[in-house]
Amino acid sequence: MNITLKCFAGLKRHLPPHAKANQAVVEVDDNISVYQAIDYFNIDREEAYLVILNGVFVCPPDRDSRILKENDTLALWPEVAGG
Amino acid sequence: MSWTGKILRINLTSGDITTEVLNEQWKKEYLGSRGLATKYLTEEIDPACDPLSIENKMIMATGPLTGTMAATGGRYVVVTKGPLTNCVACSNSGGFIGAEMKSAGWDMIIFEGKSPEPVYLYIENDKAELLPADEIWGTSVWSTDEWLHNKHQDPSLRIAAVGRPAENGCLYAGIVNDLHRAAGRSGVGTVMASKNLKAVAIRGTLGVGNLADPAGFMKAVNEGKAVLADNAVTGQGLPAYGTQVLMNVINEIGALPTNNMQDVQFDGAHAISGEAMSEPRKSDGRTNLTTNAACFGCTIACGRISTIDQGHFSVKNKAKYWGNSGGLEFEAAWALGADNGVNDLDALTYVNFICNEDGFDPITFGATVAAAMEMFEAGDLTLEDTGGIEFNFGSAEALTQSVELVASGEGFGQDLALGSKRLCEKYGRPELSMTVKGQEFPAYDPRGIQGIGLNYATSNRGACHVRGYTVASEVLGIPEKTDPLTAVGKPGLVKAFQDITASVDSSGLCLFTTFAWSLENIAPQIQGACGSEWTVDYLLEVGERIWNLEREFNLKAGITSADDTLPARLKEEAAKTGPAKGLVSQVEAMMPEYYQLRGWGEDGIPTDETLKRLSLKG
Repeated sequence: MNITLKCFAGLKRHLPPHAKANQAVVEVDDNISVYQAIDYFNIDREEAYLVILNGVFVCPPDRDSRILKENDTLALWPEVAGG
Repeated sequence: MSWTGKILRINLTSGDITTEVLNEQWKKEYLGSRGLATKYLTEEIDPACDPLSIENKMIMATGPLTGTMAATGGRYVVVTKGPLTNCVACSNSGGFIGAEMKSAGWDMIIFEGKSPEPVYLYIENDKAELLPADEIWGTSVWSTDEWLHNKHQDPSLRIAAVGRPAENGCLYAGIVNDLHRAAGRSGVGTVMASKNLKAVAIRGTLGVGNLADPAGFMKAVNEGKAVLADNAVTGQGLPAYGTQVLMNVINEIGALPTNNMQDVQFDGAHAISGEAMSEPRKSDGRTNLTTNAACFGCTIACGRISTIDQGHFSVKNKAKYWGNSGGLEFEAAWALGADNGVNDLDALTYVNFICNEDGFDPITFGATVAAAMEMFEAGDLTLEDTGGIEFNFGSAEALTQSVELVASGEGFGQDLALGSKRLCEKYGRPELSMTVKGQEFPAYDPRGIQGIGLNYATSNRGACHVRGYTVASEVLGIPEKTDPLTAVGKPGLVKAFQDITASVDSSGLCLFTTFAWSLENIAPQIQGACGSEWTVDYLLEVGERIWNLEREFNLKAGITSADDTLPARLKEEAAKTGPAKGLVSQVEAMMPEYYQLRGWGEDGIPTDETLKRLSLKG
């Protein structure tokens, strides 16, 4: 199935070559969890600090059980702040 | 100690310059900077005074850690009554002038009265004199800076100055120091210009010592620096991307106010983000971001130094703006960009340069243009009103023309200089001003981040994010993650952030350290400098005392609980997209619990018991 993967700040290096504006539509296995997707793209689980699925933060205890669906948007950041 | 213990008092009316000893009792109760200067202001002026009258005073103040070896110990504040808000105003700035002022031997400079002629204050350690500023009156901050450096032939001179909008009465003029750092909000620069004071130029060579426990101080400072270096935010994220790293985060969670807060997500967010600043431009192959920069003593270095494409329409044939200068921070990029629907990064950078060059707040300016755009599209503003400018959302040209008009004080720029509250009132649409107590919101929508809405509504200087930055918790998970969409628990979170912030602001440190430091890291540094009594618990008490002191000032200035609210749009018009779709701000539901936690009555007035507990009443 296809999902939109967004990787920002220092995680940009994990995006596939066809990515534009820090995002790409990517194909992943059906029924994978958030953590499995993060692993699939060789992203360190600790480094993917801010995990936002369809605009909503997924807390670490839910990242194993939360299953991705077709056309989901998974956005990842390392720990960031500003203001 | 680390306070110098000395205050410089400048009577601009008479020209008298005197020195005073710092009030020992007040320093124990208010620490320094924001807290101590607010105490002096409260004691010396009638809070009900006209902020642009001779009765108002303006205080420049450092904290006990300003100018020391502590990381980020370069902050200073300007405290006065703000003309934009009619509330207490406290604008905080970095750069180098705060440390220079401290190194010249001064904890505070209090300005009172009004000079009969334009003047600037020149300080060289103990020597302080008022000198004529006729030649620089009517010129920009950047021109003033150059003129003063040339005149005094001292490249190390640190300068804070106001630009033309301050002189012209723009209600959101700031005081810019070191060319592109600013005490930017609430119109503190307008107050300075109203006193015929153009600039403060300082050279300090005395150094900052007087530490209570030098060895303990350096140990705590070094431990603190190690924490900042090892932390992902302060050690990597902020130096690389600056505060602008937030643009995509806040848009993704559906809390990026767009088109005067009509929407909560902006299609062009990525194009104006921190990531985009680091990508080569299609036009010239170069990046907008040239390098990062640090203020005095800072080991984070979040500042942005940017360069605009020389072929960009905003700077064509304007070589003055082809060099690098202070670039976009998140709040400015949001106000100038998303809130106006403008996705042209170089245009925003140019507008930011002008705000620095002539000294006015890009948040209020951007949000005021956004209100003008909504009124123009609704037909409330006509081409006749705007001098022929088409104020449509998305128009970079309208934005760049607007900034030039506010800088020069010409045409429709005079209306834009009023800020959105007065502008919208003038054109019959007061409900379109996105303000609290007259001051425009920063870059977080209270429908998508509930706690920050309560903070906006209760901030003592009008809508402001850095009075209680609950976004750290609600969005970024610092120190722990809370749900941005719920109001439950937020009154306590807001109060905690507000009190801690008041304390940190009063130390002379930068608030950004708190992305990595808690008070457990900060207290030992203050203790090393000021004495062992400055424990974590005592700092929290001091923060709460300062918050209530500011509240008391505002109440005496005429503010009531009716002012602790948000515009109707945010309480009645639900977010249209994103996770907050269908939600409005629950600010009114949160307010009773907030008042209760503060120890205030239902009328928002601190109870006698609270005032006595905080030593605000005998």
